[in-house]
This record gives sequence, structure tokens and C-alpha cells, in this order.
Amino acid sequence: MKYITLDGNEAVARIAYKLSEVIAIYPITPSSPMGEWADEWASLGQPNLWGIVPQVVEMQSEGGAAGAIHGALQAGALATTFTASQGLLLMIPNMYKIAGELTPTVFHIAARAIAAQALSIFGDHQDVMAVRQTGWAMLASNSVQEAHDMALIAHAATLKARLPFLHFFDGFRTSHEVQKIALIEDDVLRAMIDDTLIAAHRARALSPDHPVLRGTAQNPDTYFQAREAVNPFYAACPQIVQATMDQFAALTGRQYKLYEYHGAPDAERVIVIMGSGAETVHETVDYLNARGEKLGVLKVRLYRPFVPALFTAALPKSVRAIAVLDRTKEPGAAGEPLYLDVVNALYETWEGAALPRVVGGRYGLSSKEFTPAMVKAVYENLAQAQPKNHFTVGILDDVSHTSLAFDPDFSIEPETTVRAVFYGLGADGTVGANKNSIKIIGENTDNYAQGYFVYDSKKSGSMTISHLRFGKSPIRSTYLITKANFVACHQPNFLERYDVLRDAVEGGTFLLNTPYSADEIWDRLPRRVQEQIIAKHLKFYVIDAYKVAAENGMKGRINTVMQVCFFAVANVLPREEAIAQIKRAIEKTYGKKGEEIVQMNLRAVDDTLERLHEVRVPERVTSTIELLPPLAGNPPEFVRNVLGEMIARRGDLLPVSAFPPDGTYPTGTAKYEKRNLALEIPVWEPDICIQCGKCAMVCPHAVIRIKAYRPELLAGAPPTFKATDAKDADWRGMKYTIQVSPEDCTGCGICVDVCPAKSKSAANLRALNMRPQPSLRESERANWEFFLSLPEVDRSLIKPTIIRQQQAQQPLFEFSGACSGCGETPYIKLATQLFGDRMIVANATGCSSIYGGNMPTTPWSVNAQGYGPAWSNSLFEDNAEFGFGIRVALDQHAAYARQLLRQLAGELGDLATAILEADQRDEAGIYAQRERVAALKARLQTLAHPEAQRLLAVADYLVKKTVWLIGGDGWAYDIGFGGLDHVLSSGRNVKVLVLDTEVYSNTGGQASKATPRGAVAKFAAGGKPAAKKDLGLIAMSYGNVYVARVAMGGRDEQTLRAFIEAEAYDGPALIIAYSHCIAHGINMMTAMHNQKAAVESGQWLLYRYNPDRAARGENPLQLDSRPPKLPVKTYLQMENRFKMLELSKPEVAQALFEEAQRDVNMRYALYEYLASRPVTIGSGAH
Amino acid sequence: MNLESLYMGLKLRSPLVASASPLSDNLDNIKRMEDAGAGAVVLYSLFEEQIRREREALYYYLLHGTESYAEALTYFPEPVTYHASPDQYLELIRKARESVSMPIIASLNGATLGGWTRFARNMAQAGAHALELNVYFIPTDPYLSSAEVEQTYLDILAAVKSVVDVPVAMKLSPYFTNMAYMARRLDETGADALVLFNRFYQPDINTETLEVTPNIVLSTSADLRLPLTWIGILYGRVRASLALTSGVHTGEDAVKAILAGASAVCMTSALLRHGIEHIRTVEDGLRAWMTQHEYESVQQMRGAVSQIHAEDPSAFERVQYMRAISEYKPTV
Repeated sequence: MKYITLDGNEAVARIAYKLSEVIAIYPITPSSPMGEWADEWASLGQPNLWGIVPQVVEMQSEGGAAGAIHGALQAGALATTFTASQGLLLMIPNMYKIAGELTPTVFHIAARAIAAQALSIFGDHQDVMAVRQTGWAMLASNSVQEAHDMALIAHAATLKARLPFLHFFDGFRTSHEVQKIALIEDDVLRAMIDDTLIAAHRARALSPDHPVLRGTAQNPDTYFQAREAVNPFYAACPQIVQATMDQFAALTGRQYKLYEYHGAPDAERVIVIMGSGAETVHETVDYLNARGEKLGVLKVRLYRPFVPALFTAALPKSVRAIAVLDRTKEPGAAGEPLYLDVVNALYETWEGAALPRVVGGRYGLSSKEFTPAMVKAVYENLAQAQPKNHFTVGILDDVSHTSLAFDPDFSIEPETTVRAVFYGLGADGTVGANKNSIKIIGENTDNYAQGYFVYDSKKSGSMTISHLRFGKSPIRSTYLITKANFVACHQPNFLERYDVLRDAVEGGTFLLNTPYSADEIWDRLPRRVQEQIIAKHLKFYVIDAYKVAAENGMKGRINTVMQVCFFAVANVLPREEAIAQIKRAIEKTYGKKGEEIVQMNLRAVDDTLERLHEVRVPERVTSTIELLPPLAGNPPEFVRNVLGEMIARRGDLLPVSAFPPDGTYPTGTAKYEKRNLALEIPVWEPDICIQCGKCAMVCPHAVIRIKAYRPELLAGAPPTFKATDAKDADWRGMKYTIQVSPEDCTGCGICVDVCPAKSKSAANLRALNMRPQPSLRESERANWEFFLSLPEVDRSLIKPTIIRQQQAQQPLFEFSGACSGCGETPYIKLATQLFGDRMIVANATGCSSIYGGNMPTTPWSVNAQGYGPAWSNSLFEDNAEFGFGIRVALDQHAAYARQLLRQLAGELGDLATAILEADQRDEAGIYAQRERVAALKARLQTLAHPEAQRLLAVADYLVKKTVWLIGGDGWAYDIGFGGLDHVLSSGRNVKVLVLDTEVYSNTGGQASKATPRGAVAKFAAGGKPAAKKDLGLIAMSYGNVYVARVAMGGRDEQTLRAFIEAEAYDGPALIIAYSHCIAHGINMMTAMHNQKAAVESGQWLLYRYNPDRAARGENPLQLDSRPPKLPVKTYLQMENRFKMLELSKPEVAQALFEEAQRDVNMRYALYEYLASRPVTIGSGAH
Repeated sequence: MNLESLYMGLKLRSPLVASASPLSDNLDNIKRMEDAGAGAVVLYSLFEEQIRREREALYYYLLHGTESYAEALTYFPEPVTYHASPDQYLELIRKARESVSMPIIASLNGATLGGWTRFARNMAQAGAHALELNVYFIPTDPYLSSAEVEQTYLDILAAVKSVVDVPVAMKLSPYFTNMAYMARRLDETGADALVLFNRFYQPDINTETLEVTPNIVLSTSADLRLPLTWIGILYGRVRASLALTSGVHTGEDAVKAILAGASAVCMTSALLRHGIEHIRTVEDGLRAWMTQHEYESVQQMRGAVSQIHAEDPSAFERVQYMRAISEYKPTV
């Protein structure tokens, strides 16, 4: 038997790939890696079981993937796909078809929550439960091994049964958990897959050689009967699946049952469950039974077709009480689906004396922890005379009182298992090192190994927590470690924010990465840390990993260093052996990246051992350093009590009553979360500064602000507060300050990079220079607070078309969790500066919906008057339609308000006329209207008749509102293109901002139709062969759509003009904004240079197409790019996404780069022609 | 007329050599060089630090931002192999060997011991007829003595010589306290040829942006004088072959180089400016001169006007310089 260490996604993908000919996919978390594995293997030419490389195709949506699979199946191929959540919902129409046509296929699902009151990427069964009615067989896996095994059983059984199979396993907990499993070899696959059944599938295919008709329309006379004709296949399916499981057992020794009971043969209390939670119940049953209980667990593997008789037969006859646990929520139902199935099964087939009592409960939604303590609580509930039904477990429900209480300290972790927890910083390589350690232990010892990784929802400065278990027995613990005998903190700053030793056990080991030596460290520790080290008698080790890494050329990446430390002190393996294994792993992992990389890692291994030191722990706590509060400033109660608890990582403890039931949250909350991420922050030099405003404009996190103000306001300024005379002639006599928020800055340095002002005597000194943050934190915090207390510049004094003035406008999008140096957020921020007080945002799912709307806080903010963007995310695919709907409703409200106003004109007199005839094309007009409407509302309060009250409810819509549809290229070019196209064609006044990163950034770099030719991306590993879609040209073809293509780093003033023109245009507008991205493989600090190069090479064309110009008889298209002056290749070589093609496939790169140059030349010629052609149309007679 | 020249043991059909430049980064150009009459080609330089940096950058950007955010644990597909620069370079050597009959001289540029030996061995294994080591070192450390600088050159040469059997040429800058001493030491350490001289890239300043800007200035015939001087001085005094580089643009330039003692006459700027076919023009000039002056072979010409053979050996030295200065009169 060959053992291998991998995660659930890879375990499934290996089987699916081997047994498929066509794989159509669309990325969605947490299933994306399955498709990515398939794509990678195909790009490497790895064959399937029949010796041919499967076709792996990326579609424009999951609906598209399902359609493609349906087609491939109809053409007789073995086809599969991988998806989750909303993706699975988009497949439903095709799933009915595929089942209705009795077509064998397997869809592998990393089961995930559904977006309801909020989106969640995490695991539960809401998605698979939403397709249980489609006629598909449903097979559940509970662990990585089972996912590997059940994938094969599904592929084998579907061919026999002719029913399509949904094979599902828990998102993240199984899909991303790394486990040591027994690998299924090809000979087992061959033995399980019957060639005659494949031949039969092919024989049913559509072919002109034996033509048939399928997919007819039927009428009332026949549809019903025909629908019933499939019944025998459903009746036969369960036996086929069991026979397949038996065949699998004969080949591998691993026996599965459709309904598999584990526990005491005479158990009276039984839990029924599907998915990874079954492993925890199994483990808890063993533990409690060993202590005298008589408990059992029934694992449901085949959920559809559900066979009541077989289910009931699997229960011990002794059972008196059953708890059915559903990892889903069906509001308003009589019970959750599995519960109802069980109730029905017992009702129909129980033959014992008295029917056992059955209760249902919900657990584990959105990867909520499900622990032995909760299992114990469920069994204890069953032991009650009147057990609670329709309960929840794992939360505190103080609203509907559904929750079971449980003892959080109850633990069944065996002493023989090594349990290690690692706190890492996203970018430091901790997770990678831990995955590597698991492989080393799993594949080189007889230990079982498990790794599970908890990630942050922030994209910059994020914390990762790795949970690793090693032991001689199989590991079934599908929950986080709370009794750790090894805790490592890879980022010293975490100690002052989180209680990292909370989960350490007595006598455990604590490893800390710190710049302080073993002699110095004690006095630097927070009190809480000292207390726990002493109280728990922890062995304490320190290393300066950043220093060791930097000295070996691996600045910031401490993975190898910390991995060595772990093995050196955790005693999982003999030290020498562990080091030898690490070195072998380094050679294997980095060999292909070059000898230099191998050598620097090997050197780091040796250096580490010399620099790792044990700390002599004093006997007494001496520290007065306290943990930092989660929130700064003076937040409102809700923010403090709810959001603050989430930030402090205590969100699990919040009760149901803490939450708004409809998912509505306040904006303007990111400012309370001072994350202090920056090692260095920009420091302003007023004497060098030319006050151009570029730094504020490019700042992705809105931490650089500009104000001009009356000199007398400087009274009371903190001593280090900087101010100078405003240079702008319009602001003569005023003082001017550029202030940085030191605790919100992420330290990306883009501001410094774009700063055009240099010291006259030292060219390396600019008007902004990066300086270490810690020593500036206190003084700059005071300066920032003083700066905020200064009034915003009166907007009537700001000319919005001039950057240096415009940038004094207050951003209403600030301090987002986007990547440090993000290329998208400056555009969003710009829109909020210009129009934020009258803006409604429809935001497509993607990066911008995550950094915009992922709990706990939001960067969307409000101004001093309480105005600001209202924001919502509907879905990924429907954002254009969603925003369009908002526009239509606003227009309707405004029309209704105007109608009521006209009706009331007699009483309201001139005010009504003034409002009805108001010119709101510019900001002054809007502000005047806002005042008129305020007056109107005051008057309406005094009027008694119903029209006045109706008008009061809609009067605000008389003031102009601007609707912005924001999303990435995955939305605009792919999944949402149909809707976007329709909305643009509608002529309605919506503003579309496409943050074009040219790749699916949020899901990890899959190619979109915006990906340029030659770029390497997932699903374009060999370089994207096709050119980027010209979305702007398509939109221009309507003639009445304002279209602009912008790149802030290319020409910032053109960007600003485009935003202003787009908003002013009374119709649909589309802005396609070049957004550099971490997924480009670039230096984010100098990313604006990449934008510049993209523009100067002609790769990214700047233009504005304004239908208003056409109305004036001018050519509507203005080409804002000058003729390309830089070879495209020069730009391409600046970015790893292109560069890596040169390194992996040089010949392909050369050809594609040459084509890219031709694209540029032809595109420029085309646009030059379009921009210069005469616009008057002749009569036709020349 | 026999143009053959023996250069560090390699028999060249002509002393005219296409020197290291971006022109030799593809096979077609290398074939064109041979067709234009080149006696050998020195392939473009493989930059030792560039290889290291490229790999580090690739490594960095492949990992940048990974394993920190649950939805995007990686951003790139991972190809199985990367043809980092040496691989492409070695492939070019192999292909060039198959396609042309002139010697292929691989060029390695660097400043520290670093990866010299490994890359040198790879180049020799890939079939390079000889190696040219371009030790491009600009000492900026005020505590580094000239002796230490010189030792670095000798160490690199010795290290490379110890791992390859093919001839090794040293391309040098003129900035040694005593060029003759340095030449002797290199000769003793086993240099098979000395290539005189490297032209250091000298950065420019952009007066608008106040930035230092990279700026390559092509040579002219005026640049011939310095290498000519030293070829003339060293000819007959070192065992190593001598190659002249910098300033060869015309047949007459080539004639001078050979007369001073060069076994190989290398061209870069001329080819960048006039195209690869310019080799033929220079050769025509060389032939015309030889015909006119009734020389039968290049061998016959070589070193005829070197210091040891010149009618006035002092012309290469200080006394001649004093005369030149004292006789110089402004024309206006």
C-alpha cells in the first residue's frame, strides 16, 4: 500500500482526472484547486486511465461548465466538473436535464455555505441540499481518505446505475485538510471501471451515424408518465452503490456501507450525520463508550436515493433516541432535510415495538467548529426525558433558544497525539512550511498526520493559524486544536494582540520568532504571555528568524527557519533525521527553481540550529504590558460589542441576538481597527513637496490625506504636526498639510514611488520618504487625530478636475483589507471622493466585495454630514442586473416624488417649481437641491394629507443619486458579461467600474477573457493563446454608452477626467480601469511604473468615448494614448505572469510576445482610425 | 591569401570575431555571422548575478501573497521546469555547434567567484570551444586594495581553469595599476588569451528626472588606440593569445590590430551599428590592404608593428607621449 500526504481536493482530483475525458470547470472556493490540479496535470501531458490527456476547459460560469458537461456527456464522453455553493446552484437547470436523460457523470463538490444574509466561503451542506431534488445520486465523504475512495466509487457506480452522482465532502475541513492517506493505484481503478459500461455510454451518444432525438418537449398527455419511467433506475441504484463499495473493499480492504453504523451494538442513543462531522462523532463515541456509555453513530453515505429500509436496518435494534444532525439551514421547513428523511424512514419502516424518539439539530454552518464537547452535548440532550428538538449546537441562540449548552473544556485528544499550533503572518511561508512538515512526517514515518489551516479574510497583513496533529493512530479530529503541546508564534507582534498561549497545555513548548535574544526577551513579553509560560511550565525557545532568513537571501520568508526550529524542539522525529529530511525536501521542492534557491535554504537550515536558544524562564511575572484593545477610538456600542469581539477572535462566542437578522451593518467601521501593519510609513517633507496630490490619489488605503485650512486652526496642533503655506493660487493664505494615518498605513510605498518632487540637493530624498513606523507611531497618531479635527476643505473651493485640488476631497472608502499596494482600491476611493455622498454601489463578488464587505469592518464610510455610499453585494453573476434594478427603482421613486410634488405644487409654491426644475448636473446644483429637499421635508411634516406623507417617504430621491456597478474582469468579461451587455444597452443611467486585473484575483489567478495574450495564469499555464477581449469596443458599438479606458499610473489626469465625464453623462457609462495586482507577480511598490509601461507600450490603450461629443458633431472617441513608444516585450518582461513563460516555454513566449506586439500595432491603428474619422454621415449620394 | 589565425589554440578562418553582444542571442544571427565571414563568435554574456537574481525573483514572485488568504492560496500554476537563463544559453551553444563550423566561444560575465565554476563547466559540457570570462568588476570599496582586486581576477581564472579543459580567455578592463604585471600574472595562472579591453558601461544622468540612467555608448575607431597600445606592448611577452576589442570598425582598424599583435579582432559596436554583414566589409578592407601591401597571410602580419618589432619601440612609451604633446599645436 502506498501512502501519500495530500488534501481532500487533490485526493479527489487525482481520481476524477484519471477517470475523465472532458473536464469543464469554473473557479469557485473551496473547489477551485480540483480544477487547477486537473489543468496542471493536463498541461504536463499526464494521461488519464486510458492513456490520453483529458480536455480541461475553463468556462465563463458554472452554468457554462454544466452546459459543456451536459454536451460532452451527450456526445458520449466521460465528463466531470468540480464546484461549490453558488456555482452548484447555477448548475441546477442542467442537473435536471442530465438526470432526466439518465446520464452517468460525477460532479465533485467541496460543500459550502450559500449566500443569504451574507456570503460565506466556508463549509456546510447548504449547497448540496439545494440540489437534492434534481434526481442525482448523492454520496458523502467524511475525510480525505474517504473523499479519495468515494470519488472512485461514484465514478464506477454512475456507469452502472446510469444516474449522475454528486460526490460531496466538506469545504475546507475536508477539501483543504492535509492528511496521510492510502493511495488508490491504477490497477484498482482499472478493476473498478467496467469498459463495457463505457461502451454502453458511448453507444447512447448523439451521433449522425446512429441518429436519435433527445431533449424533446412533451405535453400534458405524456410528460407525467415519461417522468415516472426513470423509477427503476432509482430503485436499482442503492444496490449498485453497495456492490461497488463491496468490490472496492475486496480490492483495497476499505469497506464502506450506504448507512454505516459505528458504536455500541446495544446503543440506545444514536447520532445520524453526514460529512466530516461524522469523524468527530465517531471519535467521541469511542471515547465515551470506553468510559461506560452505550452510544452509536450512523453515517449516511448515500443520501440520494435515500432507502428507508436500508437506513432503518442499519440502526441497532436497541436504539431509543436518535439525533439527526444537519449541516444546513432550511428556514421555515418542518425540519432540516436529513432529519425529515430519517423521520420518514422510521415511520415507514421501523418494525420494533416503539418508534425511537427522533430529534433534529443544526451544527457547523459556515465551518463553525463541531467538537467532541458538542457531540457530548447532543448525546446528553438525547438522554433527557424531553430532549430539545430542532436544536442548534455550537452557538449561543438567545433569540429562539434553540442551542444546546456544551462544556468548552471537554476534550478527548489522546496524549499520544502531538498537537502543534503555529501563528504565522500570511506572507512568511508558515503554511507552506507546515504542509511540508506534514509530508515529511507522513511519508517518512509510520505516523498519521493531519494539517488544517485557518486563514484571514484580510488580504494584507493577514494571520494564518496552522493546526497540525501527528500520531500512531488514524486522526479523526475534524476540529481545531485547543490543547496544544506545541505553540509557535512566527510573528512577534501577534503577542500583543492575541492570547496565543491560550491553547497551550501544561508542560508544552512555546517557540517564538523575535528579534530579542534569549536574555532580552522576557522583559518584552506581555503580562498574559509571562503568566501562561510560568503557570503552564512551558519550555520556551526563541530565534530571530527574520535575521537568519535575511542573511540567507530570503527576506521575510521564514518558512525554512521556523520549520527547522519546530523539528528541533518538538521531538516528533529524531533531530538529525528530521534535519536530513528537511534538506531532502528542500532539494525536491526548490530544485526546479534553481540551485541558488536550494542553496540558500540549505544554508538557512544550518544557520538556524546555531541560533535557536532556550529561554530560562524566571519564576515571577514582571511585565506590565497588556494586550492591545481590538478597537481604537471611541466606537459606537454595536461596533465595540460585536465587531470588536470579531476582531479579537472571539466572534464564536457572540450570541444570536448580537446580529442584525437581515445582514445590515453600519459603514465607516474600518477606522476603528488600527492594524499597525506597516514596518515603515511615509513621512512628509513640506519643503520639498510641490502639493501635486499624486500621493493621496494612488494611496490604496486612503491613509494619505490632504487638507487646506485657515492658519488660525493650527493653534493647539501637536508639536510635530507639519504644515506649510498652500501653493495653489485658489487657496492663497491657507495652510496646507499632507498627513499619514500611521496605524492604518500598510507600508506599500506606492506614494513614495510616484512622488515627483525631489530634494534639490539630494535626489534620493523626496517629498515623501519611508521611515520606520514604531518610533513614529505615537506622534503621528496624535497628528492624525489633530488632522481629522480640522474641517474638510469646502467642496465649493475645490476644482474637481485638477488633481492637486481634487485630492483634498474626503475619501469615503478607507483602510480596506485589500492587499498592500492594491491597484483596484485607488479607483474606488476616487469615485467616493467625487460622488460618494450620493452613491449607491452594487458590487460584484470578488476581491472588491471581500475587502469592501468582509466582516468585521468595512472601508465604505460616511462624511461628517452622515452621507456616504450605500453598498451591497448580490452575487457574482448578476451584478449588472442588480445595480440596474437599483437604478430603475431610484428612477421610479424620483418619478413618483415628482408626480406628488406636482400634485402638491399649489401648496408648496415656488419650492416645488424650484425642485422640479433644478439643474443637478454639477455638485453645486446637487447641494442646492439637497437644501431645497430638506426645506420640502420640513414643510411636508406640517401638511396633513396623505400625498404629503407619501412624498415625505420618497422626497430624498428628488436629489440626484448615482448608481455604481463595481466588479472585476471575471464579472464583467466572463460570468456577468451577458447581464452587463444588456444593462449597457438599456440606456439607463448606471456607471460601471470594471477593476480589470486581467485575471480572477480573488480565487487565485485563473485566466479570464481579460487575460492578455501570453500571460501565464491558471488554465493558461502555457501562456494565454488568445488576445484580451476588447470590452470597450463592444460597449462603444451601442453608440450611446460612455466608455473610458484608464490607468491611473499611465495618466492620472485622464483617469480623473474619465470619472467626472462618466458620472456627468446622462446614460450608461463604462470605465475599464487597469488594476495592477499581486497576481501579476510584480513589485507592488513600483506597480504604477508597470501601469505606465503598459500604457507607453500600447498594451493598455487610454481613450474616452463620449456620446455627448457625437451629439455636438464631434468624433465621440478621444484617443488619450500617444503612439506606442516602448516595445511590448519590455513591458511584459516587467511582470512575472509573462516572464515565467519565457522561463518555462521560451519558444512559446517568443511567438506569443511577437503576436502581442502585432495586437498592439493593429489596435492602435484601429483606434487611431476610429478617433480620426469624420463623424458626419453623408446622404449616401456622393 | 590566407586569413587563418590561431587564437588560443583554435584555428580561425579569419581573425575577425563577432564579439559578445545581444546579436548572438539567436541561432539565425550566428549563422549570418559565419556567412559574413566571422572567424568565431563570442556568444552574448551570461551574467552570473543576473541568473541568481532572476531565480530569486521568480521564486519570490511565485510565492508572493500565497498561503495567506483562503480563496487564493496560490496565484500561478506551477510548471515543472524553468529554463532559467543558463538552460537557454546552453541550448544555444548546443544548437550553434550543430549549425555552424566556426568556433563558439561562450562568455560569462560576473564579479565574484559565485557560480562561475558551475556555469563554466556547463558551458564546456554543452560544447563551447572556449570560454571568455568577462570579469566586470568596479571596485567601490575604499578599503579594498589593488592587490586584492587583482587576486580576485586570478582566483576566478584559476577556479574556472580547474574545472574545464577548453581554452579560457580573460576579458579585461584597462584599469590596472600595471597592466603588464597583471597580464603576466594571468598568463602564469593559465589564461589562454587576453581580450583587451572591456568598455565599462558608464551611467548618465537625466537632467529632467534627476535619475541615473543606463546608457550604452557604442565605440568608434578612436577607441582603438588604447587596446592597440597594450596589444602592441604585450605581444611576444605573454604566452596567451591576444584579442583586440573596442574600436574596430573598418578594415584599416583590423589591419592595425593585427599589426600590433592581435590573433583575434573582435567587433561589437560596428555590427550593432552597421549590421552583421559588416564583417564582410571589414574583411574586404583587410584583404584589400593585404593585397596592396603584398601580404600573403595574417600570420605574416601579426605583431609586425608591436613594441618588440617596431622600428621605434619607444613609440609605445612615455617618451613618445612627451614628443606628441610638445609637438601638438592648435590649428586655430
